Amino acid sequence: MKISFSAEDERFRDEVAGWLADNLRGEFESLRFRGGPGDEHSFPEERKTWERRLAEGGWTGVGWPGAVGGRGLSINQQVIFHEEYARAGGPGRMGHIGEGLAGPTLIAFGSEAQKARFLPGILAGTEYWCQGYSEPGAGSDLANVKTRAERVDGRWRINGQKVWTSLAHESDWCFVIARTEPGSVGHRGLSFLLVPMDQPGIQVRPIEQITGTCEFNEVFFDDAVTDADNIVGAPGDGWKIAMALLGFERGVSTLGQQMQFQNELDQVIAIARDNGQAQDPVMRQRIADAWIGLRIMRYNSLRMLSGPQDGSLSKAAMIYKLYWASWHRDLGKLAMDVLGPEAEILEGAPYDLTRLQSLYLFTRSDTIYGGTNEIQRNIIAERALEMPREPRLG
Amino acid sequence: MDFAFTDEQEMIRESAQDFLADVSTSAAVRAAMATELGYDPALWGRICNELCWQAIHIPEEYGGLGLGFVELTILLEQMGRRLLCSPFLSTVGLAANALLLAGDEEQKRQWLEPIAEGRLTATLAWAGRRGRQDAGAVEVQAQAQADGDGFVLSGVARYVPDGHSADLLIVAARAPGSEGTAGISLFAVPADTAGVERRWLPTMDQTRRQAQIRFDGVRLGREALLGEAGEAGAALEKTLQLAAVCVAAEQLGGAQAVLDLTVDYTRERVQFGRPVGGFQAIKHRAADMMLQVETSRSAVYYAACVADEALFGETSCGELPLAASLAKAWCSDAYFYCAEESIQLHGGVGFTWEYDPHLYFKRAKSSESLLGAASWHRERIAQAIL
Ligand SMILES: Cc1cc2nc3c(=O)[nH]c(=O)nc-3n(C[C@H](O)[C@H](O)[C@H](O)COP(=O)(O)OP(=O)(O)OC[C@H]3O[C@@H](n4cnc5c(N)ncnc54)[C@H](O)[C@@H]3O)c2cc1C
Repeated sequence: MKISFSAEDERFRDEVAGWLADNLRGEFESLRFRGGPGDEHSFPEERKTWERRLAEGGWTGVGWPGAVGGRGLSINQQVIFHEEYARAGGPGRMGHIGEGLAGPTLIAFGSEAQKARFLPGILAGTEYWCQGYSEPGAGSDLANVKTRAERVDGRWRINGQKVWTSLAHESDWCFVIARTEPGSVGHRGLSFLLVPMDQPGIQVRPIEQITGTCEFNEVFFDDAVTDADNIVGAPGDGWKIAMALLGFERGVSTLGQQMQFQNELDQVIAIARDNGQAQDPVMRQRIADAWIGLRIMRYNSLRMLSGPQDGSLSKAAMIYKLYWASWHRDLGKLAMDVLGPEAEILEGAPYDLTRLQSLYLFTRSDTIYGGTNEIQRNIIAERALEMPREPRLG
Repeated sequence: MDFAFTDEQEMIRESAQDFLADVSTSAAVRAAMATELGYDPALWGRICNELCWQAIHIPEEYGGLGLGFVELTILLEQMGRRLLCSPFLSTVGLAANALLLAGDEEQKRQWLEPIAEGRLTATLAWAGRRGRQDAGAVEVQAQAQADGDGFVLSGVARYVPDGHSADLLIVAARAPGSEGTAGISLFAVPADTAGVERRWLPTMDQTRRQAQIRFDGVRLGREALLGEAGEAGAALEKTLQLAAVCVAAEQLGGAQAVLDLTVDYTRERVQFGRPVGGFQAIKHRAADMMLQVETSRSAVYYAACVADEALFGETSCGELPLAASLAKAWCSDAYFYCAEESIQLHGGVGFTWEYDPHLYFKRAKSSESLLGAASWHRERIAQAIL
């Protein structure tokens, strides 16, 4: 057990920091600390341009294997990359669903032709992805998906509706869980399809969220089509692949996310020092507790990353989503409490939020998306602690 | 960076786990805690002679095994898990570290060798009667002898772990009129020195003994002084930080144990025609307990790595005060939370003397105040970051 990085890794840290200092300026200066959850609506086009700059520098797909065009960094160097990226205020990645979810899924389950077709676009920052899982009747109960796909004339024809689809309006492709076996129920008969967004059969309608901005959408499939080849795995493999993908969500990029959290906490600390809340004994306890909680989040990740790297979630790692989501939500509240009455005052009308107000409101979703806190607790209790499973009706 | 156990560390963990499951059963703990000594000398003898745990992190030049602080915390975690009653924390987690940090070569050889050989138990007496647990809490006074080059100790130390039975007392004492961490000296005082008066303080948590020690004009030769007179404040602080990491490791083990007890019990106990562990209200609380346990694990292992660097590394690791406070604050809350949940989720039997949750619940509380409660450690962190 060893917590320090090697001299070689520290040199790599300097290289990353140096590249970012040289490139994250000029036309990109205004993107620093922008984008990401709660701020996805900001500068989407400029951030796509930034993705291409990253690609030119070889900083996309840093954890993907070299054989598929990735940079093949060691775990330690991936950690360092994500930390330095967030430290420098690197903008929220427009390509994160492609790089973090679609890509790893294709690398693990895709055909050679699919990899050749889709991975280069993700790496180059020219093709963007969204995740079509949730539906009006299938939220926590994802296996209740009703969207159908059938084979007609050498293509898949898709009908149904997805909801809460983040960044669908900015995406070129969507990976869709659809029912391909008519009459099937539950997790059987589902398939994992890759569907182009720009077609007459697809309609994207933004949903206004608690922040007054729109990051997610309803997506309607009305005789939408995709090529017969655009299925990952075999028909009926959809559930298996969908679940494996959720495992990829808990990868190294969480370290970058934490550096973002650190930036937010630093802001809160700076305000507390400035407005005198730092003298209040109760506030001191809460701020220290937040600081401790974030450190522990990092140590947790380092433990997870030192374990098996096959995407399988070890039991101890199952707490991760519940932990960071709850911590981040509490940080949002702490930020408002430190601000006191100033927390109410908007940047401007009609509903122009400050970054911390946006943090406060947006973190209400952290405990909902990607598996709610309640679902996380079910998973921990049933899979890690082997307590009895929930009864399933109907 | 590789934040996982090596194969050797994993072996140490497993063998400690298996050994303690055999010897530190509920019945064994209850038998030991009913005695005034507070532990079973035969079992302590086996630990010292067969397993050499007391020597684990003492350097080889002083007769130890020369392993690191991570290995030490691995043992402590398993001890906490089984509520092992022993003078391990006092001898190894407190006294040995104080000697390592403050003693000169001769003193280290003189005292660490018999500790490593299992011939000597020891403890640290630092806190006074005001209930504080930090280095500033020292109340015993050390005065230069008027008629020689030695010292005279007078005053009272309280809450001394295993203070009634330890062979050697490492005593923190302060120069008259000094405050905080200034003016503090450390002395190695054999417990049978004239003028040392020890009294066992029966405690609510019976798995760890505490004592009050009165120093009634105790005359010590110059050789008893560890380091320079009045200059040991920093060494004492560092000793207490290392010990806080040790207690956090015990707390982690205890929290894991009550989670295991609770999961096992609720899977078996049937009400309304099904195991109560199938009710979501119970499952979710068990999940929250596991979250506390796993986050504590991350905190402890990290702090152990930092402590290892701080004790044996080339640099004087500046991160130790924060890492120790972080681990102690977090694990104190986590253990208490898990222990109180375990009583609730056991129902009526959780309230009985016969079932084990109360042993952990009491140990959780006593460990919380030992070496600084969570709020005290959080304030330390607040001072550093605000
Ligand atoms: C900001 C945001 C972005 C999102 N982005 C995407 C995206 O890009 N793609 C996508 O596919 N989806 C996305 N989602 C959807 C998200 O995954 C779902 O909202 C989530 O899975 C919960 O489903 P639901 O909203 O239908 O809530 P429901 O499942 O209806 O839950 C309602 C309440 O019931 C509780 N509950 C449900 N089942 C149980 C149970 N078995 N035991 C105990 N309690 C239970 C829940 O915890 C919750 O408190 C996003 C959501 C948000 C908020």
